[in-house]
Amino acid sequence: MVLKLAQVTKRFGSFTAVDDLSLEIPEKEMFGFLGANGAGKTTTFRMVLGLIDPTDGTITWKGNRIDYKTSHIIGYLPEERGLYPKMKVKDQIVYLARLRGMEKQDVLSELDYWLNRFKVPEYADKKVEELSKGNQQKIQFITAVIHKPELLILDEPFSGLDPVNVELLKEAVVDLKEKGTTIVFSSHRMEHVEELCEHLCIMQKGKPIVHGSLKEIKRSFGRKNLIVHGDFSMEFFKTHPLVLKAKLTAEGAHLQISKEEDAEAILKEIVGKGFIRKFELEEPSLNDIFIEKAGAAYE
Amino acid sequence: MNSFWIILSHTYFSKLKTKSFIITTIITALLVAGLANMNNIIGFFEGDEAADQVLVMDQESELYAPLAEQLELAESELIVEQFTGTEEEAEEAVTNGEYSGLLLLSMNSDNMPEGLYKARSVADSTISGELQGALQQLKTVMAASEVNLTQEQLNQLYDPVSFNTAALEDNAKSAEELNQARGLVYVLLFVIYFAVIMYANMIAMEVATEKSSRVMEILISSVPPIRQMFAKILGVALLSLTQMLVILAVGYYFVKQNLDSMQGGFFEFFGFGDVPAITITYAVIFFILGYFLYATLAAFLGSLVSKIEDVQQMITPMTMVIVAAFLIAMFGLTDPEASFVTITSYIPFFTPMIMFMRVGMLTLPVWEPILGIAILLISIIVLAIFGAKVYKGGVLLYGKSSSFKDIKKALQLSNKE
Repeated sequence: MVLKLAQVTKRFGSFTAVDDLSLEIPEKEMFGFLGANGAGKTTTFRMVLGLIDPTDGTITWKGNRIDYKTSHIIGYLPEERGLYPKMKVKDQIVYLARLRGMEKQDVLSELDYWLNRFKVPEYADKKVEELSKGNQQKIQFITAVIHKPELLILDEPFSGLDPVNVELLKEAVVDLKEKGTTIVFSSHRMEHVEELCEHLCIMQKGKPIVHGSLKEIKRSFGRKNLIVHGDFSMEFFKTHPLVLKAKLTAEGAHLQISKEEDAEAILKEIVGKGFIRKFELEEPSLNDIFIEKAGAAYE
Repeated sequence: MNSFWIILSHTYFSKLKTKSFIITTIITALLVAGLANMNNIIGFFEGDEAADQVLVMDQESELYAPLAEQLELAESELIVEQFTGTEEEAEEAVTNGEYSGLLLLSMNSDNMPEGLYKARSVADSTISGELQGALQQLKTVMAASEVNLTQEQLNQLYDPVSFNTAALEDNAKSAEELNQARGLVYVLLFVIYFAVIMYANMIAMEVATEKSSRVMEILISSVPPIRQMFAKILGVALLSLTQMLVILAVGYYFVKQNLDSMQGGFFEFFGFGDVPAITITYAVIFFILGYFLYATLAAFLGSLVSKIEDVQQMITPMTMVIVAAFLIAMFGLTDPEASFVTITSYIPFFTPMIMFMRVGMLTLPVWEPILGIAILLISIIVLAIFGAKVYKGGVLLYGKSSSFKDIKKALQLSNKE
């Protein structure tokens, strides 16, 4: 456990942005940080980076406080992308990387590697404003990782990218993780978190409402999805005692039940009602969990 | 290399290479070169123009000769020529452009000379003015001879009275010195005024550009905002010194070249004859301190805006203060001892210009400018501490409004609570 947040609270005047957040993020892992807009993700990142001080609590990296002395081991991709629009890509990255303690020669060779990896070597001498948004994002990503940080913080890394570029970036992120970088990233996109992270935390109004390893979270959610497609009326599911939630679709129904045995009972019940084209039991997706948990907090 | 120096040199070199910087420097240098060569330029255009020729028709035929004499006495460059033809012929010659004008001389009922000047247009009053002056002189002579005054008595009558001023305080400046000082202080005030406005603007723009392009968040995650702010201010300070040096070097070169032609006239009036080193020293001190005061203010105001378009609106109050200081200093040039001027010279944001004006114009006891410098230093430190706090929060603050209310929000962001 290297990145440790202990009872971290941040208040802006009377507004509490982050409320008593305690997290431990294991080394060399990818940690997903989820939450609706305004849940306190960016504020938490800014506190981790030392841009703003927590009102209460401490944040440590390998037991030490994070400040500007450690800035060379931390990489940051902010949610709002920011680069000098009128500066050439090369000059820009050299400048920003030198501020993180790199030597110019090292920056240039690393930059070569990354531009080739992202298949855009010809951009080195272009101004940032001439690049498309997706390509600007690649450059932004390079500025976050070029100095080989131990801890990499990615705030919505995949937003605004086309699927091809999402894959390209995802591969790079996985690569970095395998090389030993600890990565914390936030996203609205549950499938990215599901695919990449072993541990995650869902924030709601500054409080962690779900926190732990992905498998455990799914197991302890206590619900499973049941999809039934068939040629008979499914109206009765809405009042069925074993069904927690029913949503009728054109082809059938999406149901939520609490355990596997209930599925068996339901199957026995509907056999004979008509032809069953599909009967499938599946694990809840992170999306379901998120909507359930975050939605519940709204009610 | 320390991140402070990386930012400083980045600010300096990236600004140095911008077109706008190069163009302003060149234009200003040209302007200075033009001013230094003013005598040559005026001479160049004047050399081309032939002396004006004026026809004179004298009905009494006894006025032409004394008038020509008077013109000669007044060292006029006009060439007058007596014309004996008809008025129509004379007018035609003027209309054709052969002559600049036509002067009709006659006697009135009191037996005194009268003149009527005809030209294609009367927009240029220099010729008619000279003629009028000469005729006036002639009339005086004629009137004087009627009461039997000799030319000698007349000269006595018109001799200007001798009137001098002398200051009783040992170290007070004489009227002549004061006039000289006024020109120099005037020019230096202008330089301080323009430089402070221009470079403070540059700082505010620089900060706002980084903030609006959101590169700021990356910068402040690498470098403490306060270090970044001061590296920027110093970077632009070096830039301003570079620009000043280029302009000074150009000015110095041309002044050296034209030194001979510059004696007297325009340049003496402006007090460039012998420039007092102490005034220049104070100008440099107050320029640098004024720059730091306003640059710090501009940096933290710039950190509050979210969009570049709002920069001007945000720094307008600051610009107004600079303009006010300049106007008071201008007023002070004519009345440097007014108590109003004395008091304002101790108000921090006015000090750079007004205290400099006073120290240049008056002979102040040393403690006064020292006190002014101390006040400036303290205000710069206070403003830097406060500004750095606002800056730290301000750069993270994005909102629709860009107003002074944001100062409070920015402080909230940078504080723990």
